[in-house]
Amino acid sequence: MISFIVRRLISMIPVLIGITLITFILINVVPGDPVVNMMGKRVDAQTIANIRHQLGLDRPLYIQYLDFLFKAVRGDLGRSFYNHQDVMKTILQRFPTTVKLSLSSMAVAIVIGITVGIVSSVKQYTFVDYSSMIIALMGISAPVFWVAIILQLIFGLKLKWFPISGYSGIQSMVLPAIALGTRFAATIARMTRSSMLEVIRQDFIRTARAKGLSERVVIYKHALKNAMIPVITIIGLQIGGLLTGSILTETVFSIPGLGRLSIEAINNRDFPVIQGTVLFTALIFVFTNLIVDISYSFLDPRIRYDGGES
Amino acid sequence: MASKASPQQSRSLYHDAWLRLKKNKAAMVGLFFVLILVFTAIFAGVIAPHDPYAQNLDYRLKPPTAEHPLGTDDYGRDILSRIIYGARVSLMVGIISEGIALTIGVVLGALAGYYGGRVDNIIMRLCDIMFAFPELLFCIGIMFALGPGIYNVFIAIGFVGWAGYARLVRGQILSLKKMEFVEAAHASGAKDSRIILKHILPNTLAPIIVMLTLSIPGAIMSEASLSFLGLGAQPPMASWGSMIYDGRSYLRTFPWFSIAPGIAIMLTVLGFNLFGDGLRDALDPRLKR
Repeated sequence: MISFIVRRLISMIPVLIGITLITFILINVVPGDPVVNMMGKRVDAQTIANIRHQLGLDRPLYIQYLDFLFKAVRGDLGRSFYNHQDVMKTILQRFPTTVKLSLSSMAVAIVIGITVGIVSSVKQYTFVDYSSMIIALMGISAPVFWVAIILQLIFGLKLKWFPISGYSGIQSMVLPAIALGTRFAATIARMTRSSMLEVIRQDFIRTARAKGLSERVVIYKHALKNAMIPVITIIGLQIGGLLTGSILTETVFSIPGLGRLSIEAINNRDFPVIQGTVLFTALIFVFTNLIVDISYSFLDPRIRYDGGES
Repeated sequence: MASKASPQQSRSLYHDAWLRLKKNKAAMVGLFFVLILVFTAIFAGVIAPHDPYAQNLDYRLKPPTAEHPLGTDDYGRDILSRIIYGARVSLMVGIISEGIALTIGVVLGALAGYYGGRVDNIIMRLCDIMFAFPELLFCIGIMFALGPGIYNVFIAIGFVGWAGYARLVRGQILSLKKMEFVEAAHASGAKDSRIILKHILPNTLAPIIVMLTLSIPGAIMSEASLSFLGLGAQPPMASWGSMIYDGRSYLRTFPWFSIAPGIAIMLTVLGFNLFGDGLRDALDPRLKR
């Protein structure tokens, strides 16, 4: 177990270096000078040269990268070009909101998804099964931001149950959580269904039934437990989707989270902030995947033994 | 699959697959939606009742009429015509972006799988790094570097999506490499490039086609998202994502403006998903019991 974790951690080192390198390259190949972009073309060349020097942009790229890397390791992501605030501080201010949104949508999705999946599998090929799977397919196929707008329209504008934008209290999180969770719920429902159907066909379920256990016990104690392994993987795999979905959801509902920060930064051409948010989000993504991987190996010991392949 | 890859047999694999696919109702519904998209995109100029760019400021935000079945937008342009033209953007994203991703992915995956060792190691680490970025965020980063615009969206989505193909092709090649027909080709003195292109890649085609079909909806969704965020299609170009964005300001008075293009996205993505699922089942009968 420990060796599996250590191996996974070591394999992350090149990934982490790669992430910083790509983030750096991405932002530094911006056509046009970032200073010119920021100041406008009417500033004279001398001023621009001075600012470039001040920001350290006149150094060779590899030095800039190493500087960026070493500062990033210490949690220093520079200052915003736009409002001169510390980028790391801004990110940490915005991040909890995104976490709250992601976790609540995850909760919505897991509860709805697993319930629908179980019901569908137990009632396979019935009207309930077909209609919930059709709805699930539509949920997977609809863009997050469109679902968000539809929810705003129905529950915000028409029924006036929830506010359509802003961030104040639990009320304002309901629609965003559902919007962001829809796709996720649909994916979980489909996965739970197919995984349950697979498990239900296996011998140990037949044995359990033959023993005379009630259907309830068979489904919830025997089948569900085994069917959950692929579902948990799917949940883990969706974290990236949640992070990007939150960019869109936060934009639609004007929620001041990390996603909205990155869009604001793009509109302001504020490249330290873009660089910071991309790097930060990628790191969060990598580490959550690591945690998912490790917890998965707890659930299914087979993983540990053939983990060395790739 | 086919261990003896004679052309006859590979033809029958696809023929069999088509027979299985035809029986799958969901896949046929999916194919129907996909064909509608392709048809609409190609013949947009003929089908669209109005010029999608013709503004009529005296006729703004009108509800559906016989003349404008989906009403008009904030510039008095016909919404139906704009949705029809928007199909072009979505189809192009599917073809161009996935074409880019597929090309990069197949080349790198083939190199990694065939040569193994260091080459493999470097390419696979590169894949790990690509997977470390949430897709849309990566696209946003690239769009920041390239600047907004629909062609840059094609490039960004294509560049972000190759790693999946690379891993798939590598895995396929690793298992095919050890097969007798490849050894036979080696023994008869065939060049590496010939073995990869003529003997190995054709045998990896089926899973690649499935992955392609199932990746296209993702690309369409990414384009819509980027255009919704204002980074993709620039006005006055008709893109479904940017139409939804434009309609947002009129949600209270004229919700149809945002709803209609969303339905177009949903049906398109649904079509590809259904068709792709069916294709996977048809091409890989082992999965179906």
